Amino acid sequence: MATLEIKDLHVQVETESGPKAILNGVDLTIRSGETHAIMGPNGSGKSTLAYSIAGHPKYQVTSGSVTLDGQDLLEMTVDERARAGLFLAMQYPVEVPGVSVANFLRTAKTAMDGEAPKIRTWVKDVTTAMEKMQLDSSFVQRSVNEGFSGGEKKRAEIAQLELLNPKFAVLDETDSGLDIDALRVVSDGVNRFTGQGDRGVLLITHYTRILRYIKPDFVHVFVRGKVAEQGGPELADRLEAEGYDRYLHESTGA
Amino acid sequence: MTTTDTSTDRRPDGTHPDRGVADIGPGATADSLPAGEPGGAVAGAIETSTTVASHLHPGGSFEVDDHPVPTGREEVWRFTPVKRLRPMFEPVPTDDSAVEHQVTLPQGVVQGVLAPGQAPRGTVLVPADRPAAIASAQAGEALHLQVPAEHVATEPIRITVTGRAADRRSNAHYVVEAGAHSEATVVLHHQGSAQHNANLEVVVGDGARLTVISVQDWDADALHTGQHEARVGRDASYQHIAVSFGGDVVRLQSNVSYAGPGGRAELLGLYFVDGGQHIEHRLFVDHNTPKSESNVDYRGALQGAGAHAVWIGDVLIRKAAEGIDTYESNRNLVLTDGCRADSVPNLEIETGEIAGAGHASTTGRFDDEQLFYLRSRGIDETEARRLVVHGFFADIIRRIGVDEVEELLLAAVERELEITVGVPAAPTA
Repeated sequence: MATLEIKDLHVQVETESGPKAILNGVDLTIRSGETHAIMGPNGSGKSTLAYSIAGHPKYQVTSGSVTLDGQDLLEMTVDERARAGLFLAMQYPVEVPGVSVANFLRTAKTAMDGEAPKIRTWVKDVTTAMEKMQLDSSFVQRSVNEGFSGGEKKRAEIAQLELLNPKFAVLDETDSGLDIDALRVVSDGVNRFTGQGDRGVLLITHYTRILRYIKPDFVHVFVRGKVAEQGGPELADRLEAEGYDRYLHESTGA
Repeated sequence: MTTTDTSTDRRPDGTHPDRGVADIGPGATADSLPAGEPGGAVAGAIETSTTVASHLHPGGSFEVDDHPVPTGREEVWRFTPVKRLRPMFEPVPTDDSAVEHQVTLPQGVVQGVLAPGQAPRGTVLVPADRPAAIASAQAGEALHLQVPAEHVATEPIRITVTGRAADRRSNAHYVVEAGAHSEATVVLHHQGSAQHNANLEVVVGDGARLTVISVQDWDADALHTGQHEARVGRDASYQHIAVSFGGDVVRLQSNVSYAGPGGRAELLGLYFVDGGQHIEHRLFVDHNTPKSESNVDYRGALQGAGAHAVWIGDVLIRKAAEGIDTYESNRNLVLTDGCRADSVPNLEIETGEIAGAGHASTTGRFDDEQLFYLRSRGIDETEARRLVVHGFFADIIRRIGVDEVEELLLAAVERELEITVGVPAAPTA
């Protein structure tokens, strides 16, 4: 049983006109076995939350804490966080020219486990993960994300999720830009991951569409850098019917 | 660290008193070269290109005195530390103990010598600067390697140059002749230390496919100047790969012109410049025939105070060169503070009737997003940097196609990376 705990998190970024606060006191607790959906309008700070947890240097945490089983994630480097059990599926996966997917995956797996994977089973694991995500086996010879379509990039992220099998996965708008078939493939991948029973997911999305395939245990509505409302899956249904307008009006009025 | 991008410019009539050498036809002999006046019989072999030349490459001369000792203010020397290169401007004879040559030939390749002025020596390469003129004048007999027509060499031709002392001077001239429709690879490997001043003259016969790989794996105190000049035959394919890791000052020219339409040249380079090192690659592609193609791709990494890389990529598209296609690219990866990369692509275009012409030059640091992505998968910073640098060079290394050179390269990259990763990375928040 593991816990990812975010307490009163405040985050800012540097802009041309000085520092700008984006997260204004986020509280969230995710336990293994739980899937939390974070929904919110554009610019509400959803992606900032994802990148701040993962340790992107662009985002400065000004106060608050993020812990994984009591360990202070904010004190760790990006790679230490990953090795502690955190995975971020990015909205815009980065191209790394000249580095093959095969080499990248093997290096990542070795870093995670502290030892190189056994060649025979590893090759099979990679092939299986690619097949499940309906990525051609030739993908492993290509440079990481280079020349991949938007959908292929997202599917490759979930293939990595399956292979690295972290304790907690933060999925940052993994559904955006996917057609319905790709959305199903990606959702199946996430469901296999959560199906293990002891993994936690923080699913960040703008749309309710993916929640037809991935059932969240909790839904949090994110507005202006903090959680404005939370509830169960029924909250997603309400958002689908009403949109975010209600929250936006409330907060402008405040 | 600077990045420069100069645009095209040339003098109105393009003529130069020294010229008349860039235009010789394939049948010209060495005897006719120094006499080649603009509009003369030899220059007339390709009539459209007699009145226009590259302002950056006014043609050369075999006379050492025609090339004054550089001051460093000249256009072609302004990036070079001429003081450090001073010994190479002295027209002194070869010290026989300076370098050792070892030549390994695959079956069917013929080795011989060429006296000064003995064709094909001097039919392609006319010294473009003072060191090249000195190399030509002082080299004595040139090593002559001939791949017979239609012969396919299955193993590389290997010329290993081993320097014996940093203060000893060697002047050399190599001539490689690939017969029509032959196929061969030449690996010119430099190691040890010397003041090595050497020209490589390459005749690629019609339909031939020739690869030349020049590896500068010198010790830290070597000086190396050289002009590699190739003439690419009709429908022939020439690949020149410069790999520069070692040496105090290395200044290499890799030049190409064409003997007929349909020729293709690929000039690739890979370099790793450490603190205090000066590594300079100067490219000149003279598109003097129609339907010729060229592709230039040089990539380098720099690290350490005073590391200086210079890349000059000049392409001239003459009036006769209709339907040609050219692209040149130089990319520098700056790993630490205190490095300098000068990168100057130049295009001189005399005709608009071309298939394509372009260039690109980038100089930058590690891409933070790439490092973040790799590290977010648990890969530590050192390993992430290693992956990015390997990736940066991978395209070039992949195209080399000679196992031993690829291995040497990968080992060299690894060695260089050990230096970098020993230095704490630039602070990341």
